[in-house]
Amino acid sequence: MREFPDPRPGEDIDGFRVVEKLHEGGMARLFRVTRPDLRDRAVMKVPKLDFGSHPGFYVGFEVEQMVLPMLAGEHVPRVYGRGDQAVRPYLVMEFVAGPSLADQARRAPLAPAEVARFGARVADALHDLHRQDVVHLDVKPANILFRESGEAVFIDFGLARHSRLPDLVEEEFHTPAGSGAYIAPEQLLGIRGDPRSDIFSLGVILYQLATGKLPFGSPTRRRGFRKRLYNDPVPPRALNPDVPPWLQEIILHCLETEPGRRYATAAQVAHDLTHPATVPLTERSSRLKRSGIGQRARRWYRSWRGKPGVPSHPSAQLATANHVLVALDPENMSEDLAEAMRQAVARLAATDADYRILCVTVLEPAAVGGEEGGEELGRSEFTRRLVEIRHWANPLDLPQEAVRFHVIEATDPAQTLVEFATRHHADQIVMGARASSTMRRFLGSVSARVVAEAPCSVTVVRAPR
Amino acid sequence: MRLAVLSDIHSNLEALRACVDHARGEGTQRYAFLGDLVGYGADPVACLDLIQGLVGEKGVAVLGNHDRAALTGWCDDMSFEARDAIYWTRRQLQERHYGFLRSLPLTARDGEIAFVHASANDPGKWTYVTDGTQAARCIGASRAPVTFVGHVHHQLLYYTQQVGRPRAFHPTAGVPIPISPRRRWLALVGSVGQPRDGNQAAAYAMLDSERNTITFFRVIYDYSEAVRKIIAAGIPERFAKRLETAS
Repeated sequence: MREFPDPRPGEDIDGFRVVEKLHEGGMARLFRVTRPDLRDRAVMKVPKLDFGSHPGFYVGFEVEQMVLPMLAGEHVPRVYGRGDQAVRPYLVMEFVAGPSLADQARRAPLAPAEVARFGARVADALHDLHRQDVVHLDVKPANILFRESGEAVFIDFGLARHSRLPDLVEEEFHTPAGSGAYIAPEQLLGIRGDPRSDIFSLGVILYQLATGKLPFGSPTRRRGFRKRLYNDPVPPRALNPDVPPWLQEIILHCLETEPGRRYATAAQVAHDLTHPATVPLTERSSRLKRSGIGQRARRWYRSWRGKPGVPSHPSAQLATANHVLVALDPENMSEDLAEAMRQAVARLAATDADYRILCVTVLEPAAVGGEEGGEELGRSEFTRRLVEIRHWANPLDLPQEAVRFHVIEATDPAQTLVEFATRHHADQIVMGARASSTMRRFLGSVSARVVAEAPCSVTVVRAPR
Repeated sequence: MRLAVLSDIHSNLEALRACVDHARGEGTQRYAFLGDLVGYGADPVACLDLIQGLVGEKGVAVLGNHDRAALTGWCDDMSFEARDAIYWTRRQLQERHYGFLRSLPLTARDGEIAFVHASANDPGKWTYVTDGTQAARCIGASRAPVTFVGHVHHQLLYYTQQVGRPRAFHPTAGVPIPISPRRRWLALVGSVGQPRDGNQAAAYAMLDSERNTITFFRVIYDYSEAVRKIIAAGIPERFAKRLETAS
């Protein structure tokens, strides 16, 4: 393999001025660089191509140089430039100062609220990657940095798989690819393209933050890796009784051995971590022991039979698991409209395998009142709304896992709905039109504003005449 | 520099025009044709005149098996219906077309890029590149970092790995694929005039030598017009039907 000279401080490389060496990693060196037109700090990544270096190192760089420029958004570092691979390979990207999640993991076990806060940010970032048809496949605390504004940023895309680009990672050089402690079981079978692999790694991170321990240790040999194909981890509550049942429910849901039994999308994980009270508790939440030898033996047997199916593109997998926000206004909803909205939701649910319905109603604080006893009154109003939207959903007979209910206190319903839809990665909004045209004239149409400002498709339902 | 690579036009003027218009819109400065310019379709004369103009001085064109059959009248290795199409084509062509076909080589080379109709490994035998083994042979014979191949009528990108046979990738139309100089690449560009992958849209590919990317494209065109002309010309109807089903 050909050698390239290392950048030297003061040197000019294609318009970038090298300032200093920042970091000497296993596979690459990082240099701080500047360019007059860049406001942000920038870092130049140069692959280690020294004599005798592992050929896999270069592939990691090759993959990152191909995948990273294809990605957009705040959850990846911006790319400012790249060198001709045949002349001088490098990648210049935005410098994200951190802190990294690894810094937080050293303090584990963390309080449940903190675990949920960090976890939700990572889940938000993962969903954004998966929407862009990329599976990271090396999700671990050291690869996650936080911006000052709080968003999680993924770094190191050397093992990533972009389903619209050729996969350059070869199993021969990465057996098994990924970091031992965090890798999903199906990655051991050579599957590189299922976004739920990243959700498993997120589960390992949540487990680590909540208990201070790794669910499967840090194996370095193939036999050690394979154990997670049939062993499930010791439930977090058995290690740390302070872990609440909802958090254990979420963690073990992420850590299911079969991808099909995990959360369908990172958006669902983010939602549950943000709204612990709405998480339906199953047997997972109360488990204090690992599963029995029978179940483990069944999984062990299954682990030797063929590979499970993988969706063609991460975005295709996401498309079977839509987040549908149903905006309800029980006060101004005729029974005809309620039924028409149920029919609209039922049609969406019928086409989706792993849909999730978020039933939302906006409660105006005016109704809560500021007089004496107002708070109590407000509480009861809150509960009444919750009962009403649950009642609306009852005839739909949705599985408990697939539906969540939210009463939000806010003055501006349209803005609140748009913000909620954005924050919770809604793929579709279903809402009713205001019944009387007089009310629309005086109050303005909420649905018109939501349609104009929403980040996703909006269906406005009218009652049949 | 952007180079549009078009293959297996098969006398389909509607598809050819649609692809050339699309390629112009994408900023193409040069054209390469990978053979099978004629056969099956109803517009051999108009297609060859258009292609000859686009190739001009800077362009590239190589010979396909249907072109050789049209040139020589020798088509014993073809189905009876394909032969009928060739005999019909020969009745339409004039001397300038025969002269152009006669001038086409089996392979062409432009710096780091090789062009060939079928496998570059013994190109006159018209071997289909259908798997990693064939791809390895073709790449080994062309000895070029990038080889453009036609003949198989679907789009696929092969690339070499550090060990084992080249790997295949199904491209998504319109997504530029970075071409790493550390590997060798074999692009099956698909067919302009007779797609066979269930998608009626014409197929071609574009190389951007500044950004070092290959982009595969699919272009919709009025195939019902091409169908009508084939039937009106009395060419076997099977070749018209195929445009509708893309099979």
